[in-house]
Amino acid sequence: MSDTTLAPDAAADGTTRLPVRRRRRRTEEYSSVAEARGSSRWVVLGVLVALTLYAVGPLWWLVVAATKSRRELYTTNGLWFSEFNLWENLATLFTYQDGIFGRWLWNTVVYAGLGSLGLTLVALAAGYGIAKYRYRGRGLTMGLIIGSFLIPGSLMIVPSFILFVQLGLYDTMWAMILPGMFGSFSVYLAKVYAEGAMPSELMEAARIDGAGEYRIFFSMGLRLMSTAGATIFLLHFVASWNTFMWPLVFLKGVEKWPVMLGMYSWLQRGIDSTVDLTSLVVTGSLVSTIPMVVLMIAMQRYWRSGVTIGSLK
Amino acid sequence: MSVNTQEDRAAAREPVPGPPPGGRPRGGSSPRGRTPIWNWRTAQNAKGASLSFPFLAGFTLFVIVPVAMALRESVYTTRSTGGLGFGGETVSFAGLDNFADGFVDGSFWSGMFRVFLYALIVVPLTQVLSLALALLLDAARRRAAARFRVALLLPYMVPGIVATMVWIYQYSPVVGPLTPFFAFFGLDVNFFSSSMVWVSMGNLAVWSALGFTMLILYGALQSVPHEIFEAARLDGASELRIAWSIKVPFVRGSLVLTSLLSIIGTLQLFDQPLLFRAVTPETITRDFTPAMMIYDQAFQVGNLNYATALSVILALVVGVASAIIYRFINREEP
Repeated sequence: MSDTTLAPDAAADGTTRLPVRRRRRRTEEYSSVAEARGSSRWVVLGVLVALTLYAVGPLWWLVVAATKSRRELYTTNGLWFSEFNLWENLATLFTYQDGIFGRWLWNTVVYAGLGSLGLTLVALAAGYGIAKYRYRGRGLTMGLIIGSFLIPGSLMIVPSFILFVQLGLYDTMWAMILPGMFGSFSVYLAKVYAEGAMPSELMEAARIDGAGEYRIFFSMGLRLMSTAGATIFLLHFVASWNTFMWPLVFLKGVEKWPVMLGMYSWLQRGIDSTVDLTSLVVTGSLVSTIPMVVLMIAMQRYWRSGVTIGSLK
Repeated sequence: MSVNTQEDRAAAREPVPGPPPGGRPRGGSSPRGRTPIWNWRTAQNAKGASLSFPFLAGFTLFVIVPVAMALRESVYTTRSTGGLGFGGETVSFAGLDNFADGFVDGSFWSGMFRVFLYALIVVPLTQVLSLALALLLDAARRRAAARFRVALLLPYMVPGIVATMVWIYQYSPVVGPLTPFFAFFGLDVNFFSSSMVWVSMGNLAVWSALGFTMLILYGALQSVPHEIFEAARLDGASELRIAWSIKVPFVRGSLVLTSLLSIIGTLQLFDQPLLFRAVTPETITRDFTPAMMIYDQAFQVGNLNYATALSVILALVVGVASAIIYRFINREEP
């Protein structure tokens, strides 16, 4: 009896990712939940609005400030527009020091793009291998992966520095791309996904048709795991777009910096010298944030599923 | 699905080939007997294993080797020989001297004390606020909740460095709107003074983490079977009572996870104080947090051995703290 009442619910839970299904489930729940009524409903709404203003306020300031000229930034009300100066600010931003900002932005795209692409391939292959085959050492591999979750990032930075100097990777773009390609959490994610998405029957059928194991992975596995691939790619792309300490330690040359490190150097200089870079930092912050916000909103489905798997671990 | 798969595999691996569960008559119809089949499976599995070799190679080079080097470097000490900067350096075995120094290093441990105190306030505050927010969203109309959720998640999508810079500007007495706002109420607030700088950074941390933590908790709330709420309502429980006695215990696991993640992150605090240091170098010293001190020792002072030893100590502290918190929160379970 209890099985029959729970079963439809479990099915609905399993499909919450599908928009149609979700909406219907929500409406059901909405009618069944005795939601806050009358005055308490207004309290709920009021608190939500206040916290939303808190969350969005500083970003609103950033958008407004990016449209102001250098002088107005200091003299006018920070929360409302005055003269619209965004295009001039952008022109200044991209021409300052022979367009170093564009160079930084390009570096960021290259490091994040190549690193994420490499990581996605490496992690999908490893996760698929661990999930779909039984061999000696498989348990050890999983043990290494789970164990490495416990290593804090700050432990890695100094020994990695010594190692990279020895390997000749210090102050090259590879110091930014290579280490990120072997993230154990991504392998874990791929393994969990492969267990559910890759039917063994299908692999057997492909074997009977004469496909080798590598061929099965490259022509079927990669395709069936494309959702996991997108999640891994997205999570790493965002993380390496935002990374700061790693390039601070490993990149000496200004022309190799990613955008976050570049803006930090402006923030430092803008305050302890006669050149005022505040306006550039503000516009640069907006320019470097917009791609992330657009990407995250457009691909919510992927990073949310990654976060959910992460929270189940 | 995954369970079935594993059973299939386990069955296929058994030396005595029974009728394969997949329905494909391989074992029985093969004229070659059992040994060749076993070899064939082994070869197949070896190929599958080789798919994880690129990962294992990279993982060894970029994770295992650095960890091993950390342990090795921390028991050596490097001194430059032959004064006047000529000559090379001598590396000598120092045993646990670096650790002994690290364990009594006043500035390292006062940094540790700072981040601990800070974590003790900021992490519970973030958790409580996020939980309240998730419960409020859960109580709001579904369609309104969806809209609020995207807005509340915006801070999570902003790169950490940009978030820090934006708040530094909010606090700035020159360009920020907060100083005039407080001045309007007759308060003269200096956000970068040594007494206020923790509040300023704490607010930044709460702002950055609120949306993400709320998302995880809200997700956990959505998976609570709502028959329970119906039953509680029939028994006459108020909405507040339901929230406290049913919803909160249900999301305890997610609370443990998000608390652990933020404690681990907070103990290694680096980016935010370093950016604040660019604005107020007199308040934020170069060894303000343990991670900043490690960075300073390694790359400004140049004492890599000592910095490595400090990193190992920090890793130990992080590990012990996470274990204690995990135990502490899980023990209270009814």
